[in-house]
Amino acid sequence: MTVIDDVSNVPAPDAALAPLLEVRDLHVEFHTRDGIAKAVNGVNYSVSAGETLAVLGESGSGKSVSAQAVMGILDMPPARIPKGEIFFQGRDMLKMSGEERRKIRGRKIAMIFQDALSSLNPVLSVGYQLGEMYRVHQGLSRKAAKAKSIELMDRVRIPAARERVNDYPHQFSGGMRQRIMIAMALALEPELIIADEPTTALDVTVQAQVMELLAELQREYNMGLILITHDLGVVADVADKIAVMYAGRIVEDAPVHDIYARPAHPYTKGLLQSIPRLDQKGQELYAIKGLPPNLTRIPAGCAFNPRCPMAQDICRTDVPPLHPVGTARGSACHFWKETLGD
Amino acid sequence: MTEPTPVTSREPILRVRGLVKHFPLTQGILFKKQVGAVKAVDGVSFDLYPGETLGIVGESGCGKSTVAKLLMNLEQATAGEVFYKGQDITKLSGRALKAVRRNIQMVFQDPYTSLNPRMTVGDIIGEPFDIHPEVAPKGDRRKRVQELLDVVGLNPEYINRYPHQFSGGQRQRIGIARGLALNPEIIICDEPVSALDVSVQAQVINLMEKLQDEFSLSYIFIAHDLSIVRHISDRVGVMYLGKMAEIGSDAAIYEHPTHPYTQALLSAVPVPDPEAREHRERIILSGDVPSPANPPSGCRFRTRCWKAQDRCAQEEPLLAIPARFAQATTPVAHESACHFAEEKDVVGAA
Repeated sequence: MTVIDDVSNVPAPDAALAPLLEVRDLHVEFHTRDGIAKAVNGVNYSVSAGETLAVLGESGSGKSVSAQAVMGILDMPPARIPKGEIFFQGRDMLKMSGEERRKIRGRKIAMIFQDALSSLNPVLSVGYQLGEMYRVHQGLSRKAAKAKSIELMDRVRIPAARERVNDYPHQFSGGMRQRIMIAMALALEPELIIADEPTTALDVTVQAQVMELLAELQREYNMGLILITHDLGVVADVADKIAVMYAGRIVEDAPVHDIYARPAHPYTKGLLQSIPRLDQKGQELYAIKGLPPNLTRIPAGCAFNPRCPMAQDICRTDVPPLHPVGTARGSACHFWKETLGD
Repeated sequence: MTEPTPVTSREPILRVRGLVKHFPLTQGILFKKQVGAVKAVDGVSFDLYPGETLGIVGESGCGKSTVAKLLMNLEQATAGEVFYKGQDITKLSGRALKAVRRNIQMVFQDPYTSLNPRMTVGDIIGEPFDIHPEVAPKGDRRKRVQELLDVVGLNPEYINRYPHQFSGGQRQRIGIARGLALNPEIIICDEPVSALDVSVQAQVINLMEKLQDEFSLSYIFIAHDLSIVRHISDRVGVMYLGKMAEIGSDAAIYEHPTHPYTQALLSAVPVPDPEAREHRERIILSGDVPSPANPPSGCRFRTRCWKAQDRCAQEEPLLAIPARFAQATTPVAHESACHFAEEKDVVGAA
């Protein structure tokens, strides 16, 4: 694992290592008929080797868009990145040429998508699609690529890989297809994996299998993992740290244990209170009132203020900065102390 | 609905007995020959009592949505009976069926496709009145629709808007208002909140609980999210490959599960508590659900079960209170279809 020196104040689990990926003040907007939709409005996060960062948010919070910006697969136009830096191993990817970025994509940073059925090509066998990684990136022959594909399918524990390598995506179950997606992401032994809702389309028992596999492979290869999800349960199971997004901003950012025990932002707190628990039979659920904002008309001040039970005048005028809470934590709330306290 | 419902003293409102639905698999174009059948639902029995919520959980392909359709007679059952007030729904047709359907309504999963985009909200919610004009006289309909909008927490002035002008949560409220229009006794909810965001889910669940109290509704709540089912249900049935594996009160299923499938299912649910991840026992099942066209002999779960023995392949376990728990006074005495039923607390709640 090569890590190029980088000046950074973000604490990594191993203080000697600079983060693998660092996103600084990233903005993404989309030009639409209804005006400019501001999907990402100044996001900062970092991931080190071997670390799992969960980016948590509801639909429209900008969690997937920011990941696509990191991966460099946004459709531009309509998308635009007016501002921001994305450092990967110390180099700003947004300043690279298309050619340079292509060398990183797939080889150094790989992505796992949510819906395996629509991400795989239905008219090509999975062996061909896995082998493509080796043929295109490493120039292997068809035969050698196929042998590698079988090895890869074995590694993600697809039974009878040798017989199934010529099967088509529709012949696999949902869980097996997601394993193939993971295999494809792992093919070139990347240093960072971005998993966008990797288990949302799967049943719980299969979800447990897939998440366990992903965690195991991450440990084995010491990869950084960005897990994008809306599921607070999955996050609690695997993440080291969490960034909670709302309306294109990170509203809270903390190590996993802190956030569940004592949330420092009213939105995080509301989310935690609004999910029913398996191990408790609760009373009436707490519901966050209202709806997430329209991204073309994000409210002034704190974007969460119309839905927030603690909102005061200052929340309607001033955008709260990410206040440091302790050493490795931040909350973008003017009243983070009060939120933590009660 | 948090208080436990005493289930023994009352008459069930819906009795389901040995419900079977096989979808034929055919071969050939002109002379279609049946070569097999997908056994989507294969002998399911349960009761629904007035005012209670029965949750039905299971993974995709276990037949839970087919059960919902059979209860509405939207699919013709291959065998079995569904008694609503003594009448077998599966045998009804025409006028009699229409009369029964007035009392059993449905809320669908996807609020984006279950509302006609070319109809206004008023037309969508008012459409049941066209089919059952006796419920609301013509002149009153607009007022009734506005009342319904108000009941589900939408502005009554939105009556002339179209579905695309609403968010997912609001659309699901429209679906619920349509389900309520005819004052039904039973509402069958097929994954009503799974398409919604977390913060909106809670709003819709709370609304459904409020409406249940207000109109004394009985719910059949079908979902794959075990946490939500626990929250809303009085009793829960767990389905696997077209059969009921275990059924009982929420405490029985969640705190004293005896069927290995239920135990595996519960242990796989991620709990939003990072402290729990070290000391929670995980049962990770191997493999996938077998095809319902060719289910395993005997117990259907045996191919993935860690307790499976020869007996499981030969003899199908019946859904009954296991003999060893028959005398128990705790909720462990509930119906479970396993030869080797054993209590195991996997959630860590008891």
